[in-house]
Amino acid sequence: MTTLITDTRTVFSRELRPVLRDPFTIIFSMVQPLVFLALFTPLLPDDSLQWFVPGIIVMSCLFASSMTGSNLLFEIQTGSHERMLVTPLRRPALLIGRALKEIVPMFAQAALIVAVCVPFGFRFNLVGAVLGLIILATFCIGLGALSYTLALASKNQEWLFWTVQQTLIFPLLLLAGVLLPIENGPGWLRALAKGNPLSYVVDAERTLFNGEIWTSATLSGLIAAAATATLGLWAGVRAMRRSD
Amino acid sequence: MIQTQGLTKHFKDVRAVDGIDLRVEPGELVALLGPNGAGKSTTLRMLTTLIPPTSGTARVAGFDVVRQQREVRLRIGYIGQGNGAGHSQRGRDELISQGRAYGLKVPDARARAATLVESLGLSEVADRRVSSLSGGQRRRLDIAMGLIHAPDLLFLDEPSTGLDPQNRANLQEHILDLRARHETTIVLTTHYLDEADSMAERVIVIDHGRIIADDSPARLKAEHVGDRIILGFDHETDAASAASVLGGLSPVREGVRLLISTQEAPRRVTGILDDLRAHGRPAAEVEVVRPTLDDVFLTLTGRSLREGGAAPESAGSTDELVEV
Repeated sequence: MTTLITDTRTVFSRELRPVLRDPFTIIFSMVQPLVFLALFTPLLPDDSLQWFVPGIIVMSCLFASSMTGSNLLFEIQTGSHERMLVTPLRRPALLIGRALKEIVPMFAQAALIVAVCVPFGFRFNLVGAVLGLIILATFCIGLGALSYTLALASKNQEWLFWTVQQTLIFPLLLLAGVLLPIENGPGWLRALAKGNPLSYVVDAERTLFNGEIWTSATLSGLIAAAATATLGLWAGVRAMRRSD
Repeated sequence: MIQTQGLTKHFKDVRAVDGIDLRVEPGELVALLGPNGAGKSTTLRMLTTLIPPTSGTARVAGFDVVRQQREVRLRIGYIGQGNGAGHSQRGRDELISQGRAYGLKVPDARARAATLVESLGLSEVADRRVSSLSGGQRRRLDIAMGLIHAPDLLFLDEPSTGLDPQNRANLQEHILDLRARHETTIVLTTHYLDEADSMAERVIVIDHGRIIADDSPARLKAEHVGDRIILGFDHETDAASAASVLGGLSPVREGVRLLISTQEAPRRVTGILDDLRAHGRPAAEVEVVRPTLDDVFLTLTGRSLREGGAAPESAGSTDELVEV
């Protein structure tokens, strides 16, 4: 018999298979943030690697999981998404499996980034990093599910998907203090950042990578990630039911 | 196998499906026939749990399509209008993951995929990217995907649309073969008259979201249209005197020809010819015209299916709106 986990694995491995058969694109995309890091870090004050690296990891996961719906758009047009909707696959498994396909390669990338940065003085706590990635994955499942929902809503009008995705992703990123610290910003910006769930996830990543594990930042990050995942899965399942 | 009561679907102001009562018994092969936008696909999409009905109920394979979606999905196969296999995937991979979706273990899914690849003639192409397959090959792969879990009930939405006549014939053969071997209940939609006529022993004619006729092709034709016998003579006077011989059949004369509407024309025509000869008024030529399902549709709706279901004076805009 199937379970939510086996269903998720079915969807995940189906999605990942074409990528593994043609790994060039994924290798290429994994190198990109290293270039970003190499060109951006010299602009930052000394000793900011410790602050900056967790942010870069969050950023690549964020970009990747927000693309979950883009592969789906094509499969909605060709009919294979409809075919999957008629199978007994559990609806959340369709969402989680597709999001994980974007997230898992990014975790390989995170390991690569960390490996490259350690010789330059980056220090991290392994338990903290693993916990941090679990929280990040939870958040990204939610974001991936929202991206999936957006693709369902913008079938037959692909531009809508890209417009909304591009419009939302940068404010989300900047208002979370991923690239620059929010603390030095004006009050209104800090207020907006407080309403952004990603802010809490980024904070949690930084403290966890630093080895401070049982902190309120971890808890807030976990809550923000779980809330995003719940919202994403709820919206996605609902959109699948209503899609016609 | 299928039971619906007042099944209805509205899209905004359009009544795509307007109160369908349907009963399909195990083992039947049923064709839903109608013009584009008649509501065939929408009906199928409700029966396969893809969209919820606006009102009415449907039980498919013993379960409610709204409250017991998973139970329904486990028991049906669905081959939609598009391609079930992802274009960036390989056919065999898709078959195996489809099997996994229905709970087959990996070795079982692999074995089942191999059997279907073989029986649908896909051995050459199963390990190539789906996007490189021809239309006919993709369609056969779709059929294989729909059959991976050997469902008792199979839905096919416009299975042969877009295929050339040879591929279409090939596909129909596969479907009939499947039914002969596994007694699968099959419900398909089509707007090809010949397809409904040659494959289904039960044709349900749908127009404007309603069932307007439901019977075997032969009985639909006999009941709604009937056969015609056309007799030709050398001179109008011959035709006129032959008409008086056949008075009981109330023939209609058009110049040198007599038109007779009747049932079972091929059987009756020999008697008519004997009769005319016995009266010294032999016919010079004879033609037996059997009705098509299009004639049935024309009689029922005043419109021809061949014209895309649109009445000549209205452009059929409402017909086109509903299903895309």
